[in-house]
Amino acid sequence: MASYSTNEFRGGLKVLLDGDPCIMLENEFVKPGKGQAFNRVKLRNLMTNRVWERTFKSGESLEAADVVEQDMEYLYTDGEFWHFMLTDGSFEQFAADAKAVGDTVKWLKEQDVYTITLYNGAPLSVTPPNFVELEVVDTDPGMKGDTAQGGSKPATLSTGAVVSVPLFITIGEVLKVDTRSGEYVNRVKSS
Amino acid sequence: MSASPVWHPAASRQVLENRAQLLGYVRGFFSERQVLEVETPVLGRHGVTDVNLDGVPAAVDAAGVQGGWLQTSPEYHMKRLLAAGSGSIFQVARVFRNGERGRRHNPEFSMLEWYRIGFDDRQLMAEVADLVCGYLGCSVPVSLSYREAVMSVAGIDPMTIPDEELKQYCEQWLEPEQLAGLGRDGCLDLVMSFVVEPELGRQEPVFLTRYPASQAALARTSEDAGFEVAHRFELYINGLELCNGYWELTDPDEQRKRFQADNRLRRASGKPEMVVDQAFLSALDEGLPACSGVALGLDRLLMLKVGTADIQDVLAFPLERA
Repeated sequence: MASYSTNEFRGGLKVLLDGDPCIMLENEFVKPGKGQAFNRVKLRNLMTNRVWERTFKSGESLEAADVVEQDMEYLYTDGEFWHFMLTDGSFEQFAADAKAVGDTVKWLKEQDVYTITLYNGAPLSVTPPNFVELEVVDTDPGMKGDTAQGGSKPATLSTGAVVSVPLFITIGEVLKVDTRSGEYVNRVKSS
Repeated sequence: MSASPVWHPAASRQVLENRAQLLGYVRGFFSERQVLEVETPVLGRHGVTDVNLDGVPAAVDAAGVQGGWLQTSPEYHMKRLLAAGSGSIFQVARVFRNGERGRRHNPEFSMLEWYRIGFDDRQLMAEVADLVCGYLGCSVPVSLSYREAVMSVAGIDPMTIPDEELKQYCEQWLEPEQLAGLGRDGCLDLVMSFVVEPELGRQEPVFLTRYPASQAALARTSEDAGFEVAHRFELYINGLELCNGYWELTDPDEQRKRFQADNRLRRASGKPEMVVDQAFLSALDEGLPACSGVALGLDRLLMLKVGTADIQDVLAFPLERA
């Protein structure tokens, strides 16, 4: 496996640290004019999502982690695994377990495209697009004509996600939701 | 990654003007003091032996000269001019240091280097203060010895702390196996970079002086309060290291010893040994007049002027865009 020396350190690099795949978030180069150079690095452990801070002497190196991100379409779940298919035309399928899917499970809609992080060829995490469009399957009755008023109520979406929506939203409507904040954005015009 | 390269400059139009104005200020400053502006090669046949400075190798092929190095500083060439009787000189030079890139570093940068015949380190520090504070409008720098600075900020005595204790102290940043390959000065550099430097020059500009003799580089040394110290100084403003100056070593034998010691260190740390610049040593043999010299990072001075913490804001095209 390839390795990266401190001169190659930069944000986005995928490396192995203490046996775990990590992504480099920040790389701070420090060096007193005539002195020894150091790299102070922030990394996110892709297994635990914890952020680590480590210091390296100039010239030290880290092993590269076989981590790649690929776009895949969500197909279905069999209860144990969630199945995805590459969108590159190869039809190659990957099965992600509950740990890899994590909280993204509440944004998974069949035929939508997600970013799958593969570690040594196996799904490590599933990242939803920033916005998803999902149908309301349950909410208190709507109050027509109350569009300008404030106030909100919970609505359950087709995936099971519960978001806070304005009072006028009714069952059957399709909503655009920001997956980063879990917040309602707007109604999507239904056909 | 195949992101298309950015063609736009990183520095704003305003900062380009600031840079032009700074160059004008520097030239006016030295013209008034009758210091001669010179130019020396950016591409030289030799690199430096300093274990912590990596030059950028060149691939020149002309007149029987092959290889060569982009210079890490114009020091050797300028000292040859001094030995040849140039009198006091200054230069705005482009210099190159491999591997150095960060918020305060770009592998290519602008260095203002000058030498004053007959000055000692104190006199040159006063001139640096005039130049810098005349430009930034800051208060006159205070002086602090390396030992005082490390003791007051880090709480350890850099001159007396046993190696083992120093290593233990450094374990807050490095694993024991990483520390195994780091010498005493390397450990002190760690303490300096991570603990002391950020605090230097916060209230007012600070000259750090009287470095441990092991960090003398090309400075004279003498005894101070029972410790061998170097006549070397650095100016810090807001935690930013601005310059590095010496009361220059003029003894060619001592210089030869330091070159050899550098190459021993290089060997020990697995770096290639550097061919010693014999022309520079010959100039010293001929006689370098007593002088002090200093190198000041112009990009960093500009950073302080425009109030940015990122060198990229003052460079038209930092490495990634160059």
